[in-house]
Amino acid sequence: MRNPLRSEAEAFRFVIITLAAFAAIAIATALGGWIAGTLVFLLVTVIVFMSYYRQPGEEPVRQTPAAHSPDEYRLLVIANETVAGRELFDTIVRLTRDHDATVLVVAPALVDRTHAWTSDVDPARAAAQGRLDVSLANLAAAGIEATGEVGDGDPLVAFGDAYRTFGPDEAVISTHTPEHSGWLEQGVVEKARERFDVPITHVVVESVTA
Amino acid sequence: MEAHVAHHGPPAAHASSRVNREVLGMFLFIASEVMVFGSFFAMYFFIRVVNGVPWPTPPFHLPVYVAGINTLILVTSSFTMHWSLQSIKKGNRAGMKAGLVLTVLMGLTFLLTQLMEYSRIGFAPHNGAFGSVFYSLTGLHGAHVLVGLTILTCMTIRAFRGHFSPEHHNGVEIAGIYWHFVDVMWIIVYTTVYIL
Repeated sequence: MRNPLRSEAEAFRFVIITLAAFAAIAIATALGGWIAGTLVFLLVTVIVFMSYYRQPGEEPVRQTPAAHSPDEYRLLVIANETVAGRELFDTIVRLTRDHDATVLVVAPALVDRTHAWTSDVDPARAAAQGRLDVSLANLAAAGIEATGEVGDGDPLVAFGDAYRTFGPDEAVISTHTPEHSGWLEQGVVEKARERFDVPITHVVVESVTA
Repeated sequence: MEAHVAHHGPPAAHASSRVNREVLGMFLFIASEVMVFGSFFAMYFFIRVVNGVPWPTPPFHLPVYVAGINTLILVTSSFTMHWSLQSIKKGNRAGMKAGLVLTVLMGLTFLLTQLMEYSRIGFAPHNGAFGSVFYSLTGLHGAHVLVGLTILTCMTIRAFRGHFSPEHHNGVEIAGIYWHFVDVMWIIVYTTVYIL
């Protein structure tokens, strides 16, 4: 949705729209009484709302990560149900084996809207934490220094949060296959590549064996 | 190493925002203002629609035409405000100054006309629910015009002191957003209170 007060020019356009809308309402009321005026008001409100709602929002700001020591290699991993997947584990090992690496694994809590609105997020966070623990244990067993955290339910927000504080040199987003991945349906990988100034590897996990 | 130290601690709060801090602050301010106006309009509709108070209550009359001219003046000031910002974006400092001065003058005219209207209208806030609602809504808006004029005057002084450039004109931009908001609110107030 486009913000009607995004800038002075947008606000000025909104003045013109308001002027036209209320002129129409006043004319309708003068000609057909308050019922006609109310109908025009409702009609105009719906049209204006839909018009703004359908316009694309502002482009996200492309972000740059926080800096860290040049000798250190930092890898950010965003994964949830696939966090303990074999393909993801192999990718992390491959990317970190030639570096003095620090890995941060972020598992966004999968919270649907109903639970988010009712603040009933604890079960989803607990489930994410459980999967994360398995993944961290596997990485530790392979000799990889990794920390983990449960992130925001929106994978892009979780990515952004970790991105700004952790400052990764590279990132991995792990998803299910395209037929089963909600993240891929939402275009999470493409949006992350547009938004964050860091190389991103997309890993598809066929099946998860915890 | 310096960069590492410089980024210690949390990142700048606005780092991921698509809107700069000043504009975001103005959005939040306008959002609160919409709620304030909303409560006053709720009062208006309650008095007029639910209680069925005659509008305007006899024997009083509202100066629809004078207020209409005043509306025209305020709407025109939005055009000069827009012209002012467009001018500085193109590097035209004279246009920016002229636009700001004209906007301030028209805003001042609007406010003075409203004060004159109050002095001659023939009823006071204590003359029933109609009088209370009329003065509340128009007075609330008038207070916003005064705030807008104060902001615009500051921006005008800054403009004449050499501030603002095609690259840096946030002060004019934010003042413009607020002024247009005041204009939008007046169009709604005028239509509901004077016309309908």
